[in-house]
Amino acid sequence: MAAELHVELVAADRSVWSGEATLVVARTTSGDIGVMPGHQPLLGVLESGPVTIRTSDGGTVVAAVHGGFISFADNKLSLLAEIAELADEIDVQRAERALERAKSDTDAAAERRADVRLRAVAAH
Amino acid sequence: MGAQLRVYKRRIQAVTATKKITKAMEMIAASRIVKAQRKVAASMPYATELTRAVTAVATGSNTNHPLTTEVEAPARAAVLLLTSDRGLAGGYSSNAIKAAERLRERLAAEGKEVDTYIVGRKGVAYYGFRERKVTESWTGFTDSPEYSDAKKIAAPLIESIQKDTAEGGVDELHIVFTEFVSMMTQNAVDGRMLPLSLDAVTSAADAEGTEKSGTKDEILPLFDFEPSAEDVLDALLPRYVESRIYNALLQAAASEHAARRRAMKSATDNAGDLIKSLSRLANAARQAEITQEISEIVGGAGALADASAGSDK
Repeated sequence: MAAELHVELVAADRSVWSGEATLVVARTTSGDIGVMPGHQPLLGVLESGPVTIRTSDGGTVVAAVHGGFISFADNKLSLLAEIAELADEIDVQRAERALERAKSDTDAAAERRADVRLRAVAAH
Repeated sequence: MGAQLRVYKRRIQAVTATKKITKAMEMIAASRIVKAQRKVAASMPYATELTRAVTAVATGSNTNHPLTTEVEAPARAAVLLLTSDRGLAGGYSSNAIKAAERLRERLAAEGKEVDTYIVGRKGVAYYGFRERKVTESWTGFTDSPEYSDAKKIAAPLIESIQKDTAEGGVDELHIVFTEFVSMMTQNAVDGRMLPLSLDAVTSAADAEGTEKSGTKDEILPLFDFEPSAEDVLDALLPRYVESRIYNALLQAAASEHAARRRAMKSATDNAGDLIKSLSRLANAARQAEITQEISEIVGGAGALADASAGSDK
């Protein structure tokens, strides 16, 4: 059996996903980072963006993460975010509407949020 | 119906109406405690993970961040007080206010000026009535606080702690809130959020139920920081403050509902007792009335009989 690491994806008000994984790819402020089992202890600041988790049963979980942290130690990886959503939970039409609305209102933060959601769905 | 009896009947009616209201409030509060408790539990993983991350940076790096180092002679402290928006919750708000008063006295004795920040209409009213200065206050969400509320509160606090004391900034950040221990026990507690003391962090991690027992003895691994320890700490600490405030808000909300449930339960019980003793009095009054009527009738009949017996002769 391939080596595994335990992943906890938690938002401020709930635990979004947890389970075993073989690879986690996330975007930190200094670039994309991939974490595999046995990685050196790490603590990084996340950019808004999709996070890809390759689960140990071969599946892929994609989540939209809006800022937060990644921390890895003892083969345990935590992704902390104020807001985090799984790609399955994202309502594409709503996100598209939000994107258009944000563009017309020139609300950069809302536009980025909607964009991250759509990219997470696309990567899924 | 006699005047006395009517008065009792009216009072019984009034108390019964009050009892219905307090009973309804009790049941509403009871159902909300469960919801509030669930929210506290749901926010725990984030708080625990964040605390662990803060501990990791604080111990794993020797950076001197302004938010983790003690100021030599702290001159001003901010106190954040969490009270409720609505009353009818027994001693809930006044206990928190009293705890804040004690903290203020202690800080004043240490020679620090105190800036007060208040959440909840009750605390605002208390300070407003005494014409004390409140730096900032928030109301309207103590029933069911959201994370965005915690962010709103944390923003000016973080800003003022990053400022120099000379420019009106603060050196320390304290919080007073009502800790939810159980359905029956809630304690008003105060704690220092910043600057971080590592003992407090680890004991908070213990209290928050990290699955590994004996976190204090656990040697934390050397971390790789991305992009750098300072940047991570810069980003981490505001989130840490927000999460602590959010957790305190949620606990305070659960405590408020528990306090209200208890207050309303004793009000309902009291109303029940009152109704019982009032109905006893009403029964006695009714019986006295009947007795009086009978004796009047008997007396009247006797007088009539005497009178007719006399006229017969």
